[in-house]
Amino acid sequence: MEHRDDIGSKLGMWIFIFTEILLFGGLFLVYAIMRSSYSTEFHQAAHHLNAFIGAINTVVLLVSSATVAMSISAVQKGNKKLAVILLLITLLCAAIFMVNKYFEWGHKIHIGLYPGSALMLTLSHGQVMFFSLYYFMTGLHMFHLVVGGIILTIAIIKVQNGSINKDRYVLLENGGLYWHLVDLIWIYLFPLLYLIT
Amino acid sequence: MTEEKTHHPEPSYLVDTGKYKGLMAWLTSTDHKRIGLMYMYAMMVFFAVGVILGMVMRIELFWPGQQFYGPQAYNGIFTIHGIIMIFTVVIPGLAAVFGNFSMPIMIGARDVAFPRLNLFSFYLYVIGAAIALASQFMGNGPPDTGWTFYAPYSIQTHTNVVAAVFGAFVLGFSSILTGLNFIVTMHRMRAPGMTFFKMPLFPWSLYATAWIQVLATPIVGITLLMIIAERWLRIGFFDPSLGGDPVLYQHLFWIYSHPAVYIMILPAMGVITEIIPTFSQKKIFGYKAIAISSLAIALVGYFVWAHHMYTSGMSTTARWVFSLLTFLVAVPSAIKVFNWVTTMYKGSISLKPPFLFALGFIFLFMIGGMTGLSLGALATNIHVHDTAYVVAHFHYIVFGGVGFAFFAAIFYWYPKMYGRMYNFKMANWSFVFLFTGFNLLYFPQFIIGMMGMPRRYFDYLPQFTLGHQLSFFGGLLLVIGFIIMLITLFSKKGAPAPDNPWGGRTFEWRIPSPPPVENFEVMPEMAENEQPYDYK
Amino acid sequence: MHPETVHITPYRTLAWVLITLLGLTFITITATWIDLSALTVAVALLIATVKAYIVLTYFMHLKFESSLFRVFVFMVLFIYVLVIAFTLSDYLFR
Repeated sequence: MEHRDDIGSKLGMWIFIFTEILLFGGLFLVYAIMRSSYSTEFHQAAHHLNAFIGAINTVVLLVSSATVAMSISAVQKGNKKLAVILLLITLLCAAIFMVNKYFEWGHKIHIGLYPGSALMLTLSHGQVMFFSLYYFMTGLHMFHLVVGGIILTIAIIKVQNGSINKDRYVLLENGGLYWHLVDLIWIYLFPLLYLIT
Repeated sequence: MTEEKTHHPEPSYLVDTGKYKGLMAWLTSTDHKRIGLMYMYAMMVFFAVGVILGMVMRIELFWPGQQFYGPQAYNGIFTIHGIIMIFTVVIPGLAAVFGNFSMPIMIGARDVAFPRLNLFSFYLYVIGAAIALASQFMGNGPPDTGWTFYAPYSIQTHTNVVAAVFGAFVLGFSSILTGLNFIVTMHRMRAPGMTFFKMPLFPWSLYATAWIQVLATPIVGITLLMIIAERWLRIGFFDPSLGGDPVLYQHLFWIYSHPAVYIMILPAMGVITEIIPTFSQKKIFGYKAIAISSLAIALVGYFVWAHHMYTSGMSTTARWVFSLLTFLVAVPSAIKVFNWVTTMYKGSISLKPPFLFALGFIFLFMIGGMTGLSLGALATNIHVHDTAYVVAHFHYIVFGGVGFAFFAAIFYWYPKMYGRMYNFKMANWSFVFLFTGFNLLYFPQFIIGMMGMPRRYFDYLPQFTLGHQLSFFGGLLLVIGFIIMLITLFSKKGAPAPDNPWGGRTFEWRIPSPPPVENFEVMPEMAENEQPYDYK
Repeated sequence: MHPETVHITPYRTLAWVLITLLGLTFITITATWIDLSALTVAVALLIATVKAYIVLTYFMHLKFESSLFRVFVFMVLFIYVLVIAFTLSDYLFR
């Protein structure tokens, strides 16, 4: 006997999202305390971040979130082709985000700004904390982006072969919720890391 | 769903009906009852390891000075004793074993909401425990930080901290998924007519527990990841030489680890709340007060973490705020004790083994709780902080409380689990040994703690010798008690158990012992005027 | 299984939501050019919270779910804010 409960699955996904929010919550707590101790150093260090790349990534993520939400509407309306296209756009956005991040991190590592580097040890304590937080937070965020990408890839395959369809789409909804979570965290990361100059 | 099968009773869940037989049938089963039992067996093994490590410490402490091994080994032993007992025994504890076995039946469901996720949680538990144990044998020797992994020592020591921390992280993930599963199960799968305020109180306590598991565990997850990143990448959040703050580690750690105490004790309270009315044959006193006090403990318990940190250099404001909250959380706990005692009043009490252990629980939990208040007060805390007094206090809670509730639960549900009774006389003897041994082991620790015996010390001044020696003999009595209990439970098959050996009222006593795979042949319902504890 | 009334969010709504979010992003960037000194962080966090609210409501569909979901989200955020507040009760009063 198969037991199916879409609301139950969604509830489960939401609870999982709560745990993710609190996982990042621990990091934001560290951020709040470090920032209250080293506010001027945080301002100085934030100058090293490229707010333009950050802004582009914000736009990219917002667009990807919208396309995921639209793909759910498309599946609900039975428009399989549109749903797949929208999800592919989402994955494309994720790829753009990753490439941007690759250049951003790559540049910093190239000039020697990474935890434990010789240059880092010459900086003030507050700046060290800022960059440590920067790497840890964006790194963990990127990990979630990759996981979200994998989930959506599975969703695309399932939309294609029809196991996600008009009557049965909770998996896509849950994948979408996870993707929005990635977006949600970035909404806070962007101003807190890039815009505090 | 409601077809009657009177002539062909469904096979019990203990009979292999799937495509596998024997061990594989268990390891691949998504049946909540089998998963509960698998947790129980795994936990018994870890508990035995923990007890042996505890006795190894007690032997070393029998005389002052070095007896059998050196201080470094002692540090490693108390660390792994803590990690095993906390993360693999008492935190999953009653929720993973009896929550899995009994809760779905008690709310009238065929299984939990996500059975495969449930099995996955079990495997995460085994993997996490295996990694934590393996940390003893890999790398540069056993971790010596204590189970709290306090920074900055945990980022400086050369011992194998990363493996132990990662094991704890995986165990935390398992705990989160169990909590998630239980919340959805209790929201979506209750029997028709069973509103939240008609749900039995063990599920209620699990519901509160599950929310703490879900909301507190991620914080320790990220904290443990930070410790690993500190050691590998030198991010420096907790390293003062880079501008970090070790006290911040203590905050993050206790934001989880204090609520974790309630993850342990709430299901224990839930079990006691089932046992007391059953063996008093009387309606539970103050059903709603008990249900809501579970939630209140969960909520307030979330905000008392810094009472572990009075001596860490916190601000005075924070100290009195957390002291106040600590006193507040005692209120709902006291409400429960009051209700249990009042339920017994004028009840028709039968002093069977589960009830005996429940009484033991109340006695020990009261001592543990009261000493907790003296620790929560700022002035006395400064005096007894990090002494054997603290060791005695939390053993009264997690062992006297959770442990005795666990034994009570085993004796309570054993007939349902295996369809067999056990020898009451033997069970009573095990209680006598466990209860005497426990008090002899830990009560002297209160006294020598107040006299100034520090915790986690390998050596001590001669005036503490008597206390430590009494503790050693208490430990021996405890071990004898465990052996008697194991013999009682597992040595030979008892008489077949009736469906309802104790005259219980909740759903699990209305189905065969042991239950069929799908629990219910006819899905149960709760009538309009029915209550979960309708005793005469 | 019991069929629930399915709410399909129109594409147009989602497009408007996206435009609003992009607009807010623009505002939050331009707001940093103006020197609001101590208020800068407050403004940035306020705008981020408005954006988060919109994402939760429309993209994450909270508006159309049963109220249980909204209660949970609120409870979780409330507890998290309290955690921060109690931790700061140490750091701000040292």
